[in-house]
Amino acid sequence: MLPFCFEWVYDMGHFVFHGGLWYALSIIGMGMTYCVIKSVIDTIKGGKGNHLH
Amino acid sequence: MDSALIPEGVKRCSLWKFLLALSITSGVLLWGVIAMLLCWIKGLNQTNMNDYYGFALWIWADLAVIALGGGAFFSGLLKYIIGKDELKNLINYAVLIGFICYSSALLILAIDVGQPMRSWFIFWHANIHSMLTEVAFCLSCYFAVLTIEYIPLILENRQINKVPFFHHLAHNMHGVMAIFAATGAFLSFFHQGSLGGVAGVLFGRPFAFRDHILIWPYTFFLFTWSAAAFGPCFTLFITWMTEKITRKKLVKDKPILLLAKISGWMIVTYMVVKSIDTWYWATHTAPSLGFNWEFFFKNNPLYGKTMLFSEIILGGWIPGLLLIFRPTRENSVTRTTAFFLGMAGVCINRWVMVLQTMAVPVMSFDSWAMYIPSWQEVATTILPVAYGVILVMISYRYLPIFPQEKELNPIEGSAGSVDKQVGQTPAGDDSPLQPAQI
Repeated sequence: MLPFCFEWVYDMGHFVFHGGLWYALSIIGMGMTYCVIKSVIDTIKGGKGNHLH
Repeated sequence: MDSALIPEGVKRCSLWKFLLALSITSGVLLWGVIAMLLCWIKGLNQTNMNDYYGFALWIWADLAVIALGGGAFFSGLLKYIIGKDELKNLINYAVLIGFICYSSALLILAIDVGQPMRSWFIFWHANIHSMLTEVAFCLSCYFAVLTIEYIPLILENRQINKVPFFHHLAHNMHGVMAIFAATGAFLSFFHQGSLGGVAGVLFGRPFAFRDHILIWPYTFFLFTWSAAAFGPCFTLFITWMTEKITRKKLVKDKPILLLAKISGWMIVTYMVVKSIDTWYWATHTAPSLGFNWEFFFKNNPLYGKTMLFSEIILGGWIPGLLLIFRPTRENSVTRTTAFFLGMAGVCINRWVMVLQTMAVPVMSFDSWAMYIPSWQEVATTILPVAYGVILVMISYRYLPIFPQEKELNPIEGSAGSVDKQVGQTPAGDDSPLQPAQI
Protein backbone atom coordinates (compact mmCIF):
# COMPACT_ATOMS: atom_id res chain seq x y z
CA MET A 1 0.00 0.00 0.00
CA LEU A 2 1.20 3.50 -0.81
CA PRO A 3 0.30 6.78 0.95
CA PHE A 4 -1.89 7.92 -1.97
CA CYS A 5 -4.19 4.90 -1.46
CA PHE A 6 -7.47 5.79 0.28
CA GLU A 7 -6.91 3.10 2.94
CA TRP A 8 -3.64 4.69 4.07
CA VAL A 9 -3.57 6.15 7.58
CA TYR A 10 -0.71 8.27 8.89
CA ASP A 11 -0.03 6.26 12.07
CA MET A 12 2.89 4.36 13.59
CA GLY A 13 1.63 0.95 12.40
CA HIS A 14 1.57 1.99 8.76
CA PHE A 15 4.94 3.73 9.04
CA VAL A 16 6.64 0.71 10.63
CA PHE A 17 5.09 -2.02 8.46
CA HIS A 18 5.12 -0.29 5.11
CA GLY A 19 8.28 1.67 5.87
CA GLY A 20 10.07 -1.65 6.49
CA LEU A 21 8.61 -3.17 3.33
CA TRP A 22 9.58 -0.28 1.07
CA TYR A 23 12.98 -0.01 2.75
CA ALA A 24 13.76 -3.68 1.99
CA LEU A 25 12.36 -3.42 -1.55
CA SER A 26 14.42 -0.26 -2.17
CA ILE A 27 17.66 -1.97 -1.15
CA ILE A 28 16.87 -4.99 -3.35
CA GLY A 29 15.82 -2.75 -6.27
CA MET A 30 18.78 -0.39 -6.02
CA GLY A 31 21.22 -3.26 -5.59
CA MET A 32 19.96 -5.04 -8.69
CA THR A 33 19.80 -1.79 -10.70
CA TYR A 34 23.43 -1.08 -9.81
CA CYS A 35 24.47 -4.61 -10.87
CA VAL A 36 22.64 -4.43 -14.20
CA ILE A 37 23.91 -0.92 -15.09
CA LYS A 38 27.49 -1.80 -14.14
CA SER A 39 27.29 -5.01 -16.15
CA VAL A 40 26.04 -3.11 -19.21
CA ILE A 41 28.94 -0.64 -18.85
CA ASP A 42 31.46 -3.46 -18.35
CA THR A 43 30.10 -5.27 -21.41
CA ILE A 44 30.26 -2.13 -23.57
CA LYS A 45 33.83 -1.50 -22.42
CA GLY A 46 34.59 -4.96 -23.76
CA GLY A 47 36.74 -7.79 -22.54
CA LYS A 48 35.42 -10.76 -20.63
CA GLY A 49 37.83 -10.30 -17.75
CA ASN A 50 39.09 -13.11 -15.60
CA HIS A 51 36.99 -12.92 -12.51
CA LEU A 52 37.45 -15.40 -9.75
CA HIS A 53 34.49 -15.84 -7.41
CA MET B 1 24.70 -35.15 -25.20
CA ASP B 2 24.55 -32.42 -22.56
CA SER B 3 28.28 -32.50 -21.75
CA ALA B 4 28.72 -28.92 -22.98
CA LEU B 5 26.51 -27.73 -20.11
CA ILE B 6 28.28 -29.67 -17.34
CA PRO B 7 30.91 -27.71 -15.38
CA GLU B 8 34.48 -28.29 -16.48
CA GLY B 9 36.66 -30.79 -14.63
CA VAL B 10 33.84 -32.70 -12.92
CA LYS B 11 32.19 -35.99 -13.73
CA ARG B 12 28.44 -36.60 -13.92
CA CYS B 13 26.32 -39.68 -14.57
CA SER B 14 25.10 -40.43 -18.09
CA LEU B 15 22.14 -38.46 -19.43
CA TRP B 16 19.80 -41.47 -19.52
CA LYS B 17 20.45 -42.23 -15.85
CA PHE B 18 19.82 -38.59 -15.00
CA LEU B 19 16.58 -38.48 -17.00
CA LEU B 20 15.41 -41.75 -15.44
CA ALA B 21 15.93 -40.38 -11.91
CA LEU B 22 14.29 -37.14 -12.98
CA SER B 23 11.22 -38.91 -14.36
CA ILE B 24 10.75 -40.99 -11.17
CA THR B 25 10.85 -37.84 -9.04
CA SER B 26 8.59 -36.07 -11.54
CA GLY B 27 5.99 -38.80 -10.93
CA VAL B 28 5.83 -37.80 -7.26
CA LEU B 29 5.72 -34.15 -8.31
CA LEU B 30 2.81 -34.87 -10.62
CA TRP B 31 0.88 -36.52 -7.77
CA GLY B 32 1.31 -33.33 -5.74
CA VAL B 33 0.34 -31.13 -8.68
CA ILE B 34 -2.91 -33.09 -9.13
CA ALA B 35 -3.73 -32.60 -5.43
CA MET B 36 -2.82 -28.91 -5.73
CA LEU B 37 -5.12 -28.44 -8.71
CA LEU B 38 -7.93 -30.21 -6.82
CA CYS B 39 -7.52 -27.73 -3.95
CA TRP B 40 -7.52 -24.78 -6.34
CA ILE B 41 -10.39 -25.96 -8.54
CA LYS B 42 -12.67 -27.58 -5.93
CA GLY B 43 -11.59 -25.53 -2.91
CA LEU B 44 -10.38 -26.21 0.61
CA ASN B 45 -13.12 -28.79 1.15
CA GLN B 46 -10.48 -31.17 -0.23
CA THR B 47 -8.68 -30.88 3.09
CA ASN B 48 -9.53 -32.16 6.56
CA MET B 49 -9.20 -28.70 8.06
CA ASN B 50 -12.19 -27.57 10.09
CA ASP B 51 -13.22 -25.02 12.73
CA TYR B 52 -10.68 -26.50 15.16
CA TYR B 53 -7.90 -26.68 12.59
CA GLY B 54 -7.66 -23.45 10.63
CA PHE B 55 -3.92 -24.10 10.80
CA ALA B 56 -3.01 -27.67 9.94
CA LEU B 57 -0.45 -29.79 8.09
CA TRP B 58 0.37 -27.05 5.57
CA ILE B 59 1.18 -24.45 8.20
CA TRP B 60 3.34 -26.97 10.06
CA ALA B 61 5.16 -27.75 6.77
CA ASP B 62 5.56 -24.02 6.17
CA LEU B 63 7.04 -23.37 9.58
CA ALA B 64 9.25 -26.45 9.36
CA VAL B 65 10.75 -25.66 5.94
CA ILE B 66 11.26 -22.03 6.92
CA ALA B 67 13.12 -23.13 10.06
CA LEU B 68 15.19 -25.70 8.13
CA GLY B 69 15.87 -23.15 5.40
CA GLY B 70 17.30 -20.84 8.07
CA GLY B 71 20.72 -22.27 7.19
CA ALA B 72 20.81 -19.93 4.20
CA PHE B 73 20.46 -16.67 6.11
CA PHE B 74 22.65 -17.81 8.97
CA SER B 75 25.45 -19.07 6.68
CA GLY B 76 25.19 -15.81 4.70
CA LEU B 77 25.41 -13.82 7.92
CA LEU B 78 28.47 -15.81 9.05
CA LYS B 79 30.25 -15.49 5.72
CA TYR B 80 29.43 -12.00 4.52
CA ILE B 81 28.91 -10.07 7.75
CA ILE B 82 30.92 -11.90 10.42
CA GLY B 83 33.65 -12.89 7.95
CA LYS B 84 33.85 -16.69 8.25
CA ASP B 85 35.36 -16.95 4.79
CA GLU B 86 35.79 -20.72 5.01
CA LEU B 87 32.04 -21.07 4.52
CA LYS B 88 32.38 -19.90 0.89
CA ASN B 89 32.62 -23.61 0.05
CA LEU B 90 29.20 -24.31 1.54
CA ILE B 91 27.35 -21.08 0.87
CA ASN B 92 26.22 -21.97 -2.67
CA TYR B 93 24.50 -25.11 -1.45
CA ALA B 94 23.06 -23.30 1.56
CA VAL B 95 21.57 -20.70 -0.81
CA LEU B 96 20.13 -23.40 -3.07
CA ILE B 97 18.57 -25.23 -0.10
CA GLY B 98 17.23 -21.94 1.26
CA PHE B 99 15.78 -21.07 -2.15
CA ILE B 100 14.03 -24.45 -2.31
CA CYS B 101 12.70 -24.13 1.26
CA TYR B 102 11.32 -20.62 0.81
CA SER B 103 9.83 -21.24 -2.63
CA SER B 104 8.21 -24.36 -1.14
CA ALA B 105 6.80 -22.32 1.74
CA LEU B 106 5.33 -19.79 -0.69
CA LEU B 107 3.91 -22.58 -2.85
CA ILE B 108 2.22 -24.19 0.16
CA LEU B 109 0.83 -20.80 1.20
CA ALA B 110 -0.48 -20.26 -2.33
CA ILE B 111 -2.50 -23.47 -1.93
CA ASP B 112 -3.51 -22.68 1.65
CA VAL B 113 -4.96 -19.24 0.90
CA GLY B 114 -7.61 -20.92 -1.25
CA GLN B 115 -7.78 -18.04 -3.71
CA PRO B 116 -4.19 -17.40 -4.84
CA MET B 117 -5.32 -14.73 -7.30
CA ARG B 118 -5.99 -12.56 -4.25
CA SER B 119 -2.54 -13.05 -2.72
CA TRP B 120 -1.61 -9.45 -3.51
CA PHE B 121 -4.34 -8.24 -1.09
CA ILE B 122 -1.95 -8.84 1.80
CA PHE B 123 0.41 -6.21 0.39
CA TRP B 124 -2.16 -3.66 -0.73
CA HIS B 125 -4.88 -4.07 1.91
CA ALA B 126 -2.46 -4.94 4.71
CA ASN B 127 -3.68 -5.51 8.25
CA ILE B 128 -0.91 -3.68 10.06
CA HIS B 129 -1.93 -5.22 13.43
CA SER B 130 -1.16 -8.77 12.30
CA MET B 131 2.13 -10.58 12.79
CA LEU B 132 1.24 -12.66 9.73
CA THR B 133 1.32 -9.49 7.60
CA GLU B 134 4.90 -8.96 8.69
CA VAL B 135 5.60 -12.62 7.91
CA ALA B 136 4.14 -12.20 4.41
CA PHE B 137 6.16 -9.02 3.77
CA CYS B 138 9.44 -10.46 5.04
CA LEU B 139 8.92 -13.87 3.45
CA SER B 140 8.30 -12.38 0.00
CA CYS B 141 11.23 -9.96 0.26
CA TYR B 142 13.55 -12.65 1.56
CA PHE B 143 12.54 -14.96 -1.27
CA ALA B 144 13.53 -12.14 -3.64
CA VAL B 145 16.90 -11.95 -1.85
CA LEU B 146 17.41 -15.73 -2.15
CA THR B 147 16.54 -15.54 -5.85
CA ILE B 148 19.16 -12.81 -6.26
CA GLU B 149 21.68 -15.00 -4.43
CA TYR B 150 20.81 -18.00 -6.64
CA ILE B 151 20.95 -16.11 -9.98
CA PRO B 152 24.79 -15.77 -10.06
CA LEU B 153 25.03 -19.54 -9.70
CA ILE B 154 22.85 -20.02 -12.78
CA LEU B 155 24.86 -17.38 -14.67
CA GLU B 156 28.05 -19.31 -13.88
CA ASN B 157 26.84 -22.25 -15.97
CA ARG B 158 29.54 -23.03 -18.51
CA GLN B 159 27.54 -21.89 -21.55
CA ILE B 160 25.65 -18.99 -20.00
CA ASN B 161 28.89 -17.59 -18.62
CA LYS B 162 30.27 -17.28 -22.16
CA VAL B 163 27.85 -14.39 -22.76
CA PRO B 164 29.83 -11.29 -21.65
CA PHE B 165 26.84 -9.50 -20.09
CA PHE B 166 25.89 -12.50 -17.96
CA HIS B 167 29.51 -13.04 -16.99
CA HIS B 168 29.79 -9.43 -15.78
CA LEU B 169 26.38 -9.60 -14.09
CA ALA B 170 27.38 -12.68 -12.09
CA HIS B 171 30.62 -10.98 -11.06
CA ASN B 172 28.92 -7.71 -10.08
CA MET B 173 26.22 -9.53 -8.12
CA HIS B 174 28.91 -11.37 -6.18
CA GLY B 175 30.49 -7.98 -5.49
CA VAL B 176 27.44 -6.59 -3.68
CA MET B 177 26.25 -9.88 -2.18
CA ALA B 178 27.12 -8.71 1.35
CA ILE B 179 24.36 -6.06 1.09
CA PHE B 180 21.83 -8.67 0.00
CA ALA B 181 23.03 -11.07 2.73
CA ALA B 182 22.61 -8.37 5.38
CA THR B 183 19.13 -7.55 4.06
CA GLY B 184 18.32 -11.27 4.12
CA ALA B 185 19.47 -11.62 7.73
CA PHE B 186 17.37 -8.59 8.73
CA LEU B 187 14.28 -9.98 6.99
CA SER B 188 14.83 -13.48 8.36
CA PHE B 189 15.14 -12.23 11.91
CA PHE B 190 11.70 -10.65 11.69
CA HIS B 191 9.77 -13.29 9.79
CA GLN B 192 11.19 -16.21 11.79
CA GLY B 193 10.37 -14.29 14.94
CA SER B 194 6.89 -13.30 13.86
CA LEU B 195 6.03 -16.91 13.02
CA GLY B 196 6.80 -17.71 16.65
CA GLY B 197 5.06 -14.54 17.76
CA VAL B 198 1.82 -15.68 16.15
CA ALA B 199 1.66 -18.62 18.59
CA GLY B 200 2.92 -16.63 21.58
CA VAL B 201 0.23 -13.92 21.43
CA LEU B 202 -2.69 -16.39 21.43
CA PHE B 203 -3.97 -15.58 24.93
CA GLY B 204 -6.98 -17.86 24.28
CA ARG B 205 -4.61 -20.80 23.71
CA PRO B 206 -2.76 -21.34 27.01
CA PHE B 207 -0.56 -24.08 25.53
CA ALA B 208 1.11 -21.60 23.17
CA PHE B 209 0.75 -18.31 25.03
CA ARG B 210 3.92 -16.82 26.49
CA ASP B 211 4.82 -13.72 28.45
CA HIS B 212 6.17 -10.78 26.51
CA ILE B 213 9.18 -8.51 26.26
CA LEU B 214 7.56 -5.21 25.16
CA ILE B 215 5.23 -6.35 22.33
CA TRP B 216 7.13 -9.57 21.56
CA PRO B 217 6.32 -12.90 23.25
CA TYR B 218 9.29 -15.12 24.14
CA THR B 219 8.40 -17.41 21.22
CA PHE B 220 9.38 -14.57 18.86
CA PHE B 221 13.02 -14.84 19.94
CA LEU B 222 12.96 -18.63 20.35
CA PHE B 223 11.82 -19.18 16.76
CA THR B 224 14.53 -16.96 15.30
CA TRP B 225 17.17 -18.57 17.50
CA SER B 226 16.05 -22.10 16.69
CA ALA B 227 16.06 -21.41 12.93
CA ALA B 228 19.63 -20.08 13.12
CA ALA B 229 20.62 -23.07 15.27
CA PHE B 230 18.94 -25.94 13.41
CA GLY B 231 18.95 -24.50 9.86
CA PRO B 232 22.68 -25.29 9.40
CA CYS B 233 21.98 -28.88 10.55
CA PHE B 234 19.66 -29.27 7.57
CA THR B 235 22.19 -27.73 5.17
CA LEU B 236 24.91 -30.06 6.45
CA PHE B 237 22.62 -33.09 6.45
CA ILE B 238 21.60 -32.51 2.82
CA THR B 239 25.28 -32.00 1.92
CA TRP B 240 26.06 -35.35 3.58
CA MET B 241 23.19 -37.01 1.70
CA THR B 242 24.36 -35.54 -1.60
CA GLU B 243 27.85 -36.88 -0.94
CA LYS B 244 26.45 -40.34 -0.21
CA ILE B 245 24.24 -40.38 -3.32
CA THR B 246 26.96 -39.08 -5.64
CA ARG B 247 29.59 -41.22 -3.86
CA LYS B 248 31.94 -38.24 -3.87
CA LYS B 249 33.46 -35.95 -1.29
CA LEU B 250 32.14 -32.54 -2.29
CA VAL B 251 33.18 -30.29 0.60
CA LYS B 252 36.34 -30.48 2.72
CA ASP B 253 36.01 -31.26 6.41
CA LYS B 254 37.07 -27.83 7.62
CA PRO B 255 33.98 -25.80 6.57
CA ILE B 256 31.66 -28.64 7.60
CA LEU B 257 33.19 -28.90 11.07
CA LEU B 258 33.21 -25.13 11.46
CA LEU B 259 29.50 -24.82 10.66
CA ALA B 260 28.70 -27.89 12.78
CA LYS B 261 30.51 -26.35 15.74
CA ILE B 262 28.73 -23.01 15.39
CA SER B 263 25.41 -24.82 14.97
CA GLY B 264 26.15 -26.90 18.10
CA TRP B 265 26.78 -23.84 20.24
CA MET B 266 23.70 -22.13 18.86
CA ILE B 267 21.63 -25.24 19.70
CA VAL B 268 23.00 -25.50 23.25
CA THR B 269 22.42 -21.81 24.03
CA TYR B 270 18.96 -22.08 22.47
CA MET B 271 18.20 -25.13 24.60
CA VAL B 272 19.22 -23.32 27.79
CA VAL B 273 16.76 -20.52 26.99
CA LYS B 274 14.10 -22.93 25.69
CA SER B 275 14.33 -25.05 28.86
CA ILE B 276 13.95 -21.96 31.05
CA ASP B 277 11.01 -20.84 28.90
CA THR B 278 9.33 -24.25 29.23
CA TRP B 279 9.90 -24.33 32.99
CA TYR B 280 8.53 -20.76 33.39
CA TRP B 281 5.50 -21.60 31.22
CA ALA B 282 4.82 -24.76 33.25
CA THR B 283 5.19 -23.13 36.67
CA HIS B 284 3.91 -19.59 36.06
CA THR B 285 2.20 -18.88 32.72
CA ALA B 286 -0.07 -21.96 32.49
CA PRO B 287 -1.13 -21.84 36.21
CA SER B 288 -1.86 -18.11 35.90
CA LEU B 289 -4.31 -19.00 33.11
CA GLY B 290 -5.95 -21.69 35.25
CA PHE B 291 -4.17 -24.79 33.95
CA ASN B 292 -1.79 -27.35 35.39
CA TRP B 293 0.92 -27.99 32.75
CA GLU B 294 0.32 -31.76 32.88
CA PHE B 295 -3.19 -31.17 31.56
CA PHE B 296 -1.68 -30.50 28.10
CA PHE B 297 0.00 -33.90 27.95
CA LYS B 298 -2.70 -36.42 28.94
CA ASN B 299 -6.14 -37.75 27.98
CA ASN B 300 -5.33 -37.85 24.27
CA PRO B 301 -3.88 -40.49 21.94
CA LEU B 302 -0.89 -38.52 20.59
CA TYR B 303 0.39 -35.65 22.72
CA GLY B 304 2.02 -37.15 25.79
CA LYS B 305 5.12 -36.22 27.75
CA THR B 306 7.10 -38.28 25.21
CA MET B 307 6.50 -35.46 22.75
CA LEU B 308 8.00 -32.94 25.18
CA PHE B 309 10.94 -35.28 25.88
CA SER B 310 11.51 -35.79 22.13
CA GLU B 311 11.55 -32.07 21.47
CA ILE B 312 13.67 -30.90 24.41
CA ILE B 313 16.05 -33.79 25.10
CA LEU B 314 16.26 -36.00 21.98
CA GLY B 315 15.91 -33.24 19.41
CA GLY B 316 17.56 -30.46 21.40
CA TRP B 317 20.09 -31.15 24.12
CA ILE B 318 21.52 -34.35 22.60
CA PRO B 319 22.33 -32.95 19.12
CA GLY B 320 23.65 -29.75 20.71
CA LEU B 321 26.01 -31.65 23.01
CA LEU B 322 27.08 -34.04 20.22
CA LEU B 323 28.09 -31.06 18.09
CA ILE B 324 29.96 -29.01 20.69
CA PHE B 325 32.23 -31.86 21.84
CA ARG B 326 35.09 -32.30 19.41
CA PRO B 327 35.29 -36.14 19.39
CA THR B 328 31.58 -36.54 18.56
CA ARG B 329 31.67 -33.61 16.13
CA GLU B 330 34.60 -35.06 14.22
CA ASN B 331 33.05 -38.52 14.08
CA SER B 332 30.93 -38.71 10.92
CA VAL B 333 28.31 -41.05 12.44
CA THR B 334 27.63 -39.06 15.61
CA ARG B 335 27.78 -35.77 13.69
CA THR B 336 25.22 -36.91 11.13
CA THR B 337 23.05 -38.37 13.92
CA ALA B 338 23.15 -34.97 15.60
CA PHE B 339 22.05 -33.26 12.37
CA PHE B 340 19.14 -35.68 12.02
CA LEU B 341 18.04 -35.36 15.65
CA GLY B 342 18.29 -31.57 15.43
CA MET B 343 16.12 -31.45 12.31
CA ALA B 344 13.59 -33.76 13.94
CA GLY B 345 13.62 -31.62 17.09
CA VAL B 346 12.84 -28.36 15.34
CA CYS B 347 10.11 -30.05 13.25
CA ILE B 348 8.52 -31.41 16.46
CA ASN B 349 8.72 -27.93 17.97
CA ARG B 350 6.88 -26.43 15.00
CA TRP B 351 4.36 -29.32 15.09
CA VAL B 352 3.42 -28.81 18.73
CA MET B 353 3.28 -25.02 18.40
CA VAL B 354 0.84 -25.35 15.48
CA LEU B 355 -1.09 -28.61 15.92
CA GLN B 356 -0.96 -29.42 19.61
CA THR B 357 -2.00 -25.82 20.23
CA MET B 358 -5.10 -26.46 18.10
CA ALA B 359 -5.79 -29.87 19.65
CA VAL B 360 -5.90 -28.76 23.29
CA PRO B 361 -9.46 -28.18 24.61
CA VAL B 362 -9.88 -24.61 25.80
CA MET B 363 -13.56 -24.62 26.77
CA SER B 364 -15.01 -26.61 29.68
CA PHE B 365 -17.33 -28.48 27.29
CA ASP B 366 -14.54 -29.22 24.77
CA SER B 367 -12.53 -32.38 24.32
CA TRP B 368 -9.22 -32.99 22.53
CA ALA B 369 -9.65 -32.39 18.80
CA MET B 370 -7.46 -34.74 16.79
CA TYR B 371 -6.71 -34.32 13.12
CA ILE B 372 -5.70 -36.61 10.27
CA PRO B 373 -4.74 -34.84 7.04
CA SER B 374 -6.47 -35.78 3.77
CA TRP B 375 -4.44 -37.33 0.94
CA GLN B 376 -4.57 -34.01 -0.87
CA GLU B 377 -2.87 -32.30 2.06
CA VAL B 378 -0.24 -35.03 2.26
CA ALA B 379 0.41 -34.95 -1.49
CA THR B 380 0.75 -31.16 -1.58
CA THR B 381 3.13 -31.35 1.39
CA ILE B 382 5.28 -33.94 -0.39
CA LEU B 383 5.14 -31.90 -3.61
CA PRO B 384 7.82 -29.42 -2.43
CA VAL B 385 10.10 -32.31 -1.46
CA ALA B 386 9.94 -33.70 -5.01
CA TYR B 387 10.41 -30.19 -6.42
CA GLY B 388 13.43 -29.70 -4.14
CA VAL B 389 15.00 -32.98 -5.22
CA ILE B 390 14.55 -32.06 -8.89
CA LEU B 391 16.07 -28.61 -8.41
CA VAL B 392 19.04 -30.08 -6.51
CA MET B 393 19.55 -32.68 -9.27
CA ILE B 394 19.50 -30.08 -12.05
CA SER B 395 21.64 -27.58 -10.12
CA TYR B 396 24.22 -30.21 -9.14
CA ARG B 397 24.49 -31.44 -12.72
CA TYR B 398 24.79 -28.12 -14.51
CA LEU B 399 25.99 -25.50 -12.01
CA PRO B 400 29.25 -25.13 -10.07
CA ILE B 401 27.58 -25.60 -6.68
CA PHE B 402 30.58 -27.10 -4.90
CA PRO B 403 33.78 -25.08 -5.49
CA GLN B 404 35.98 -27.84 -4.02
CA GLU B 405 34.52 -30.73 -6.01
CA LYS B 406 37.09 -30.49 -8.82
CA GLU B 407 40.00 -30.55 -6.40
CA LEU B 408 38.57 -33.35 -4.26
CA ASN B 409 37.62 -35.56 -7.23
CA PRO B 410 40.28 -35.17 -9.91
CA ILE B 411 39.42 -36.91 -13.18
CA GLU B 412 42.09 -39.39 -14.30
CA GLY B 413 44.36 -37.83 -16.89
CA SER B 414 43.43 -34.23 -16.05
CA ALA B 415 45.77 -31.72 -14.41
CA GLY B 416 43.96 -32.18 -11.11
CA SER B 417 45.14 -35.78 -10.79
CA VAL B 418 48.76 -34.70 -10.37
CA ASP B 419 48.18 -34.38 -6.64
CA LYS B 420 47.41 -38.08 -6.43
CA GLN B 421 50.53 -38.99 -8.36
CA VAL B 422 52.78 -37.22 -5.86
CA GLY B 423 51.10 -38.98 -3.00
CA GLN B 424 48.93 -36.16 -1.60
CA THR B 425 45.37 -36.80 -0.54
CA PRO B 426 42.63 -35.09 -2.52
CA ALA B 427 41.53 -33.31 0.64
CA GLY B 428 44.77 -31.34 0.53
CA ASP B 429 45.82 -29.47 3.64
CA ASP B 430 42.46 -30.06 5.33
CA SER B 431 42.72 -33.81 5.41
CA PRO B 432 44.52 -34.14 8.73
CA LEU B 433 42.23 -32.14 11.01
CA GLN B 434 43.76 -29.05 12.52
CA PRO B 435 41.72 -28.61 15.70
CA ALA B 436 43.13 -25.18 16.40
CA GLN B 437 41.76 -23.93 13.06
CA ILE B 438 38.29 -25.42 13.49
